[in-house]
Amino acid sequence: MANEIRLVEAIRQALDEEMGRDDSVLVYGEDVGVSGGVFRATKELRDEHPDRVYDAPLAEAAILGLGVGLGATGFRPVAEIQFASFVYQGFHQLQQHAARLRSRTRGTLGVPMTIRMPYGGGIRALELHSESFEAGYAHLPGLKTVVPSNPADAKGLLTSAVRDPDPVVFLEPTSRYRASRESVPEGEHTVPLGEANVVREGEDVTVVAWGAMLAEALSAVDDGDLDADAEVVDLRTVSPMDSKTILNSVRKTGRCVVVHEAPRTAGLAAEIIARINDDALYYLEAPVERVTGYDVPFPLFAREEAYRPDAERIRRGIERALSR
Amino acid sequence: MTRERVAEFSVEYVQALDESGEVDSAEAPDLDDEELLELYRLMRLSRRMDERAVALQRRGELGTYAPGVGQEAAQVGSATALAPEEWMVPSFREGAAFLARGAPIHRILWYAMGMEEGAEVAGPNFPPSIPVGSQALHAAGIGWGKEIAGEEEAALVYFGDGATSEGDVYEAMNVAGALDAHVVFVCQNNQWAISTPRESQTRAETIAQKAVAAGIEGVQVDGNDVLGTRAVTRDALESARQGDPVLIEALTYRRSMHTTSDDPRVYRTEEEETGWDARDPIVRFEQYLEAESILDEERAADIAEDIEALIADEIDRAKEGQKRVVPAEMFDYVFAEPTPELRRQKAEFEREEGDGEVATPEEGMSGEERAGGGEVSGRGE
Repeated sequence: MANEIRLVEAIRQALDEEMGRDDSVLVYGEDVGVSGGVFRATKELRDEHPDRVYDAPLAEAAILGLGVGLGATGFRPVAEIQFASFVYQGFHQLQQHAARLRSRTRGTLGVPMTIRMPYGGGIRALELHSESFEAGYAHLPGLKTVVPSNPADAKGLLTSAVRDPDPVVFLEPTSRYRASRESVPEGEHTVPLGEANVVREGEDVTVVAWGAMLAEALSAVDDGDLDADAEVVDLRTVSPMDSKTILNSVRKTGRCVVVHEAPRTAGLAAEIIARINDDALYYLEAPVERVTGYDVPFPLFAREEAYRPDAERIRRGIERALSR
Repeated sequence: MTRERVAEFSVEYVQALDESGEVDSAEAPDLDDEELLELYRLMRLSRRMDERAVALQRRGELGTYAPGVGQEAAQVGSATALAPEEWMVPSFREGAAFLARGAPIHRILWYAMGMEEGAEVAGPNFPPSIPVGSQALHAAGIGWGKEIAGEEEAALVYFGDGATSEGDVYEAMNVAGALDAHVVFVCQNNQWAISTPRESQTRAETIAQKAVAAGIEGVQVDGNDVLGTRAVTRDALESARQGDPVLIEALTYRRSMHTTSDDPRVYRTEEEETGWDARDPIVRFEQYLEAESILDEERAADIAEDIEALIADEIDRAKEGQKRVVPAEMFDYVFAEPTPELRRQKAEFEREEGDGEVATPEEGMSGEERAGGGEVSGRGE
C-alpha cells in the first residue's frame, strides 16, 4: 500500500507510527503540541498520543539537554528545534554531551535522541531561518546527520532515526515540505541510515546532492540543454557518509559534481572530494566540481535565489566537469 | 493609577549542627549511630582520598584533579538522602558524592588518570560534567521522564555558584518547574569560581533566590553541616518526587584549590582560608559525635586505619588498570555500532601504531571498497 503525500505529512506519519509502535517515544519542542508545529509536522499528533507530545518551554539548550537525560534513562526523545538556525543556543548540548555520552562512558549510557530541524532557504523566511549547517554536525563524532529529499525517504529515514540507539540530527528541507505529493509506503517503512541512493543512473558524470538540492540537481540533469547522461546520487545521510556508493559511481563515470546549499569553504563537498582523491583519484577524467552556496551569511530573501544553487548553476557546473 | 506589591519572597536558612557541635534536634534527621558513623566515615574517606590524589598528581601520577576538601558535608549529606535507585548527576568536584553513592575509588582515580574507564557508569550516576552547569538539564530531563512515567523517584544534580551564571542552570530550573520534573538542584556555593568570588558572580543576595524566577522553591542550608544538608535534601526530594522541584543552596567553602592547576594564594588571603577552620565540616561533626559518645579516639583511629588500607588497595588497583589501557578502544564506543569509516580508521590506526589486536577484514575497512579503488590496483588505470 502506498499513498501520495507531501514530505511534511510523511514526517508526521513516521512520528505517529513510531509512537504507536513504541511507548518510549516522546515528541516535544516549541509549539509542537497544541499548534502542531510551525510547519504542521506534528499536526494533531497530540490528539493521537496525548501523554507523549509536549510543548516545551522556549529554550533550545533545555530542549536538547532534556533529551540527554531522557534518552539516557529509557526514553526515545524526538525533539524539534523550530528552525535549524536556532540550534546554536543549544549547540553545546549536542557537542559536549549528546554526541559524547556513549564514548565517554564506554558504552554504558547512550542518547537515542532524534533532533528534527527544518533547515535551508527557499521559503522567503526571516533572517537566521535559512542556514544549512550539515557540515558542522558531520564534524561532531558521535552524531549522525540525515537529510531526506523526498517524502518516502523522509518517512523511512525518520523511522530509522527514531529507532537508532545514537543521537541523530534530522534536517528537513523547508522548501521541500510541500513541494510535491509522492508515493509513500503505508505502515512499516524504513530506510537505513548511512546509505546513499542512486536516484538516476547515467554514464558521463556523477552528481552528488542531498536535501533541497536533490530536486534542483534532477531538474538540471533532465534539462534538454544538457548534452550528457548524468548519474545522480542522493547522499541522504551526510554522516556517516556512504563513500562506497559515491566512489563506485565516480569510478564508472570518471567525473563528478557535488552540490550543496551550504557555504563552499569547509563544506561537505570538500570532504567528498577528499574521499574521491583517496580512493578513486585515478578514475577521474577531470577535477571534481563544486556547486554551492557562497561564503557569505545567508542573505535576506530578496537575494536568496541569487545565493542558492539552482538547476541552471548546477547545469553549468556539470558542463564544466564535462569540458575539462 | 495603581501601585501595589504583586510578588514577595523570602529565603530560609537551615542549620542543624552548629559550629560548636551543638545539634538542634528539630532540624536534624532521624539517624541511628551506625548511620551517623557512616556519614563521618564517608567524609573522612573523601578528605583522605583528595589528599592522596593531590599528592599523586604532584608526583605526576594523575592528571588534573579537582579536590572537594571542605565540601564533604554538602556532598555526603545530600547524596546519602537520595535513594540508591535514583539518579545522581554530578559536576566535576563530586568525589565525596560518588563515594556516598558507592563508587569505587579506583574509578575516580582512573578518570583523573585520563581513562574513560573512570566514567563508565556504575549504578544510576551520570559521569562528571566538565562543562559548567550544562548537566543541570540532564537531571531535569531524567526528572521529567519520572513525571511522564508516573514514578515517584527524583534526580539530584550538583553544580557550583559559578554555574548559576550560566544560562543552562536557569533553563533547567525553569523547565523543571514548567514540566513538573522530579529534580533537586544542589548548588554547592563554595564561594569561589576559580578566582572569581561569589560577590562578583551575581548581585543576587542568595543563590537560593534564583529559584524564585523559575517558580520553584529555593532554600539555603549550612553546607558544612552534614545533618542539616541531609535533612534539607530529604525534604526537597520528597517534594521533587511529587513533581515540585527544589533548589538547595548549600553554603560551604572550597578549602583547597580549584584544581591541581590552580593556586588560590594568588586571589585569596590566608586569613580568609583559616577563618573557615572552625567551620570545617569534619571537625564540627566529630565534636558532636564525641559529645554524644558515638565516637571516641579509639574508634576514630580504627576508621582512619581502615580508610588508609582501602585507599592503598584502590590506588594499587587503579595503577594496575592503567597498565591495561588499549588505545585502539577509543574507536569502539562512538556509536552503538561502529560506522564503516570508524572501522577503517581503527584498522589504519592498528596498522600504523601496531597497537591492539590486528584487525580482521570484517573489522577494518571493507575489502570490497579497497579492492575497487585501492592504493595499488586502482591507481593508474
